[in-house]
Amino acid sequence: MTSALRSSTSLRRRLNIVLIGGAAVLALLIFLFVRHYTTQIAQQGQDNILKASVSSILDAAVIRNGTLEIDFPYAALSMLNTASDDRVFYAIYQDGALLSGYEALPPAGSESFNTISRTGRFNDVPVRITSAARRLVTSDGVTVISVAVAQTQDALSLTLAGISRTVAFFGAGFFVMATALSFWASSATIAPLNRLAQSITRRGPQDLSPVQKPVPSEMAPLVASLNTLMGRLDQSLRQSEDFIAEAAHRVRTPLATVRSHAEATLQRVEREENRKALRSMVRAIDESSRAAGQLLDHAMITFRADHLERQSLDLAALLRDLVDRLEPVAEMKDISFKLLAPEEVHVLGDPILLQNAFRNLIDNALKYAPAESVIEVHVTNGASACVEIRDQGAGFPPAQIDELVTRFARGENADGTIGSGLGLTIAQDVAVAHGGTLVLQNREEGGACVTFSL
Amino acid sequence: MRYFFLVVALVCSGPAGAQQWEDRQQFGDPDAPTLLRVLSSTDTALFAPVLNDFVDTVPSVSIDYHVAATAEIDQVVRTSSASFDVVISSAMDLQFKLANDGFAARVDGFEQPEWAQWRSSLFAFTSEPATIVVNREAFAGAAVPRTRQDLIRALRDRPDSFRARVGTYDVRQSGLGYLFATQDARTSETFWRLMEVMGNLDAQLYCCSGAMIEDVASGKIAVAYNVLGSYAMARDDLVDQIEVILPQDFQTIMMRTVLVSSGTPNPEGAATFVRHLLQRGQALSTLSATSLPFLDFTRPPAEQSTIALEPALLTYLDRLKSQRFLAEWEDAIIQ
Ligand SMILES: Nc1ncnc2c1ncn2[C@@H]1O[C@H](COP(=O)(O)OP(=O)(O)OP(=O)(O)O)[C@@H](O)[C@H]1O
Ligand SMILES: [Mg+2]
Repeated sequence: MTSALRSSTSLRRRLNIVLIGGAAVLALLIFLFVRHYTTQIAQQGQDNILKASVSSILDAAVIRNGTLEIDFPYAALSMLNTASDDRVFYAIYQDGALLSGYEALPPAGSESFNTISRTGRFNDVPVRITSAARRLVTSDGVTVISVAVAQTQDALSLTLAGISRTVAFFGAGFFVMATALSFWASSATIAPLNRLAQSITRRGPQDLSPVQKPVPSEMAPLVASLNTLMGRLDQSLRQSEDFIAEAAHRVRTPLATVRSHAEATLQRVEREENRKALRSMVRAIDESSRAAGQLLDHAMITFRADHLERQSLDLAALLRDLVDRLEPVAEMKDISFKLLAPEEVHVLGDPILLQNAFRNLIDNALKYAPAESVIEVHVTNGASACVEIRDQGAGFPPAQIDELVTRFARGENADGTIGSGLGLTIAQDVAVAHGGTLVLQNREEGGACVTFSL
Repeated sequence: MRYFFLVVALVCSGPAGAQQWEDRQQFGDPDAPTLLRVLSSTDTALFAPVLNDFVDTVPSVSIDYHVAATAEIDQVVRTSSASFDVVISSAMDLQFKLANDGFAARVDGFEQPEWAQWRSSLFAFTSEPATIVVNREAFAGAAVPRTRQDLIRALRDRPDSFRARVGTYDVRQSGLGYLFATQDARTSETFWRLMEVMGNLDAQLYCCSGAMIEDVASGKIAVAYNVLGSYAMARDDLVDQIEVILPQDFQTIMMRTVLVSSGTPNPEGAATFVRHLLQRGQALSTLSATSLPFLDFTRPPAEQSTIALEPALLTYLDRLKSQRFLAEWEDAIIQ
């Protein structure tokens, strides 16, 4: 039943995937964001220094006696000193013509008077270039001085690598913590579900009482419908058992009345064909009442087996008593019982069920064995208690021996005998309810042998 | 392809071969499998102990040691960087520009303090102050100047005894002289006043420290300003004639630097040499095997006086800046 249950992805796994996946995405986003942000800040730091350098060179530009002088301070380049000893390049242009510095380093366009920073290459190395321009008025007119200062980015990349490492470390730490948290969260969430499943599994098979323990509010609807379902199941089971018992009982009483009327009538009727009809009527009534009786017993057996109450009892005494009671029936058929039993055989079981089972088995022996034979009832007390009932009849029809215990199954040798096909079913149900077995055999010397072991 | 290399080799060896070296000497076994070509501004006499120590330790290498002026060294490296393996110069600014412009190869594999190297490609290995060298006789009976201010006063007090008898670097020729002058000018206005005073006294201009020391010793001039202290102090023989003064107002200390040429066909050999120079130099100078004042890497230099290896060294190499500086300098010293 459980193996056939189709299960989709486990809730816990789903929860873990969502939480851990979320944490991973979040950690990655944090990493990328913080790195991007710090990269910008670090780049801004370099740009600011480059800017300061450019403007201190530009500020030094003066026109003195008609000639341009740019006596820029030592600090203009000194400030570009970095921990990684980055290389420095600069160029000073006047109206687009190189005045001094590195030739291949063009300013961002002399017409741009705003300070511009950009990343580029100089002498085949990647550099950050900052440039700005300034207008100076001479006697001849206006001249434009533009300055570009470039610096390699070794220190910056070192800083960035450091930052990336730190941020990656934090991201990983966050991820590990979030993962641990998600495992904890998922198991905490699943725990009540597991507890419920366990408490239901631990129940006896007949315990259909509602779940009483408090459950999380999300599970309340599920448990509530489970409780109603079990309640309905319990009720309908009870109802159907009650119904069968009630029905059988109701049928049996009127049948008894009808039978006594039919018997009485049979005494009075003379004509053979009428008597024959009456006899078959009586027989049909017997069949029906037997069936009703067995159905009633079967219903009772089913109910008691479901609520098995074991008590200590003496199996030998039980069978002795049973044989005594059936003695009159046996005498009518000139059959004698031979009971072999130790003084006492103690077992734990339901006496009513056991009695019913053995009565059915002995009843069968009486029914299917010929007159003037012996029925042996053999009680043994080995590893488990065992009762063997042997008769001297024709035995079970070999072809059907496996199916005879099923409900309403009757053998081909049963034609002419009254019965409903429930006797062996009852016996087997009782054996199984007690954790035992019922084995049908034919004896080599002839006759049936039924072994009931507990 | 082979022809191409031949042509390149010819072109490269062209200017180097035509060069007039101040000095050129071989060290080590002439048949050694590897030859390292070292281009240096340091006088052979001062550097020989280091070179000998190297060829003794690494016998498989011999050294072809060339001496040239700092400005020339800069020129040679820029035009044919493959013609030398190791470049040593006292002109920190020129060396720095070479490294900044990509003419120096990285040398890894040893610890050098941050302040004594730049980009692991330019390494400082000495600490050499600029000094004032005076002729003892010229100052007999008078107080020997201890500061630039003292010197200015002494020159002004006795102009006749100093006329045409003061000397300093011709900063137009000497890279080191230019470096000392620009750093002095950066530090104090006194420099310009001193130059003016010296100019008024018809100052003699020199290409190199060695010549200045000789002339002071011989009495041809009485005072030389901004003489490389290490050279002056190395002259034990002249101790009676000259006195070497470390100015007390402020000092300008230069660090001699070495780099491995980026064009070297033998970067490993060159790197070995540089490593040896940096690691053994200190030991050699404590053994007094060499009078070059090697850097003690465990002691960072005094804040102000030592010229730092930083991009600002490019400042006075700027065309506009140097034009202006040289004009001012000429105004002051050439009357
Ligand atoms: N002792 C036996 N000897 C031979 N056949 C037997 C014996 N006991 C049972 N059988 C066969 O097994 C069949 C089933 O027996 P079971 O007791 O279940 O039904 P039943 O006796 O026919 O009816 P009832 O429900 O009235 O007992 C019988 O119909 C008969 O064919
Ligand atoms: Mg029966």
